[in-house]
Amino acid sequence: MVNIGDIINAGLFAAALRMATPLIFASIGGLFSERVGVVNIALEGMMLTGAFAGVLATFAIGNPWIGVLASIFAGGLLGFIHAVLTVKFAGNQIVSGTGINLLALGATGYLSQAIWGSRGASQPVQGIDAISIPLLKDVPFLGEVIGTQTPIVYLSILTVILSYVLLFKTPIGLRLRAVGEHPEAADTSGVNVYKTKYLFLILSGMLAGLGGAFLSLAHLNLFVLGMTGGRGFIALAAMILGGWNPVGAFGASFLFGFADAFQMRLQSVAALPSQIILTLPYILTIVVLAIFARKRIAPSDYKPYTKE
Amino acid sequence: MTEIPSNSQKIKVLLERIWTKVAVSLENSTPQIIAVIAAFLIGAIILLVTGYSPLEAYGTMLFGAFGDIYGIGQTLTQATPILFTALAFVLAFKCGLFNLGAEGQLIIGGFFAAVVGISFAGLPIFLHLPFAVLAGAFGGAIWGLVPAVLKAKLGAHEVITTMMLSYVALYVTSYFVNYPLKAPGPVAQTIPIQPSAELPRLLPVTQLSAAFILSIAAAAATAYLLERTTIGYEVRAIGLNPAAAQNAGINTKKMIVLAMVLSGAIAGIGGAGEILGVHRRFIDGFSPGYGWDGLAVALIGGLNPIGSIVAAILFGAIRSGGISMNVSTGVPLDLITVLQGLVVLFVAAPKIIGYIRKKGGFKWLTSGT
Repeated sequence: MVNIGDIINAGLFAAALRMATPLIFASIGGLFSERVGVVNIALEGMMLTGAFAGVLATFAIGNPWIGVLASIFAGGLLGFIHAVLTVKFAGNQIVSGTGINLLALGATGYLSQAIWGSRGASQPVQGIDAISIPLLKDVPFLGEVIGTQTPIVYLSILTVILSYVLLFKTPIGLRLRAVGEHPEAADTSGVNVYKTKYLFLILSGMLAGLGGAFLSLAHLNLFVLGMTGGRGFIALAAMILGGWNPVGAFGASFLFGFADAFQMRLQSVAALPSQIILTLPYILTIVVLAIFARKRIAPSDYKPYTKE
Repeated sequence: MTEIPSNSQKIKVLLERIWTKVAVSLENSTPQIIAVIAAFLIGAIILLVTGYSPLEAYGTMLFGAFGDIYGIGQTLTQATPILFTALAFVLAFKCGLFNLGAEGQLIIGGFFAAVVGISFAGLPIFLHLPFAVLAGAFGGAIWGLVPAVLKAKLGAHEVITTMMLSYVALYVTSYFVNYPLKAPGPVAQTIPIQPSAELPRLLPVTQLSAAFILSIAAAAATAYLLERTTIGYEVRAIGLNPAAAQNAGINTKKMIVLAMVLSGAIAGIGGAGEILGVHRRFIDGFSPGYGWDGLAVALIGGLNPIGSIVAAILFGAIRSGGISMNVSTGVPLDLITVLQGLVVLFVAAPKIIGYIRKKGGFKWLTSGT
């Protein structure tokens, strides 16, 4: 007999926060990209490449924090490629994103076989351990949820706050939103539209790469082929549900993270086959989009901008 | 009295016509040709850096794909599901939709075809086989219907919903072949389909089946639908400008649903062809990514059903030759996905080709145009 308390408890919320972390980074990465007027469905590939680069650098150098930096760099590089294709060459944003996703899937599979001799997974590397926050960890319930987590989880919460301030409380945020909403107006008022798009697409990639680092350096401590499992697309749904707002994206990511953590728990206790339980996060994503797509207004029309 | 042209004159005129057509389509597809060459060049650099010989790798790939009758048969076998998913992408794209879920539609189609193929023992082939193929179309159509309705009625973006449904298709079919429909033995697969549901093989030894003929027919049908029918006209009008199409009295929502359902059905028939013609049973994870191959092929084929045939054979060759390459040189099969990604990236921004030309690249290829 399954006891409901064995599934729903503080530990589940702690796991939900962990599973939300890669989505938080990627959905905020996605909203920066869309706020400057570029759809970024390449989040999936950016995360996957970040996850791979993190493990590769850690494998080579032995320090997982160097791995995290490598993840950020690799994601940023793909963000730059997306910017070159969609901003400089005014290419199709969805096609470019799909190209990056395919390239990421192929390149990580190719390199993991070339380096570790196995297509499925890398060798395990040293991961990033959890830390405890004094005092906070002793608070009932809350302490169990957020008192002891890996530093990347705390970094994701910091990212939410900083992104919110940047977007809505600084002149830079005003300019970047103007670039997405009214590029012509932004241009005439002296904002460098192209430079802003490049900058925030690179940032978008860096954040997605960092989300990937969480998966391979804090969650599993190794790289597994296709380990992002559609999280880049779930992050896009979280971005929409969150109304292209970092705080909203955090809430939505937590919802999806909760679904993910819940299905993992369910797998260990329920008699249902894992294949059925594994579909839950994907079905939830579809349902959420179906309910909220019309209730959210996109911050841009995503047309490529050409200076007159 | 008009002069009656002699046979040799007739042939000459015909040949000239064909040549002009070939020359024009070659010229029109220069960007795609450059994209493929550029992708292979970057692939060569990756091979070199990782310690493989590009000449040896590409050489075995080419020989494996076209070196003998077996290779050609396998190339066309691989091209078949790819052509179906490419057509699925083209049809949706013409209506302004990105169907990124052809992979899932193909898997579900294959699964439905397998279920019908296993059941109904004793049904004559002229009933059982079409029934199984239609079941595949039906499965794919459902997987296209859901994102279409969500898009048309609720505004949910099809890029996300089609992707999510592909994962659902993968897991749900995996459940069935691991539990209720699992054949005895260690492999997650169903029992073989009835002989009356098998698509006949065309070439001895190879896996080339009548599914290839179906795929060519599907390309012709898609081209006809898009170019010669009212439905095709309305679909293209929506793809060009949805607001204008709506103003012109076209029921855009209905057409979006129809286009996605047809798109899913085409991918579903592709899955049915794989199951009924090649594997003759449903195997867990039977698609190595045909949905994504199809996307690259559709783009290389200029988003045109007939162009997709040529591009599908190219990608079929890369897949079948890639297996020979992998076996004899040890180059990871993922090189194929790398090449695909690069091709798609180059095609994403046609202006990049113009930029390379302006900088003096590929002069040897484009000097004539």
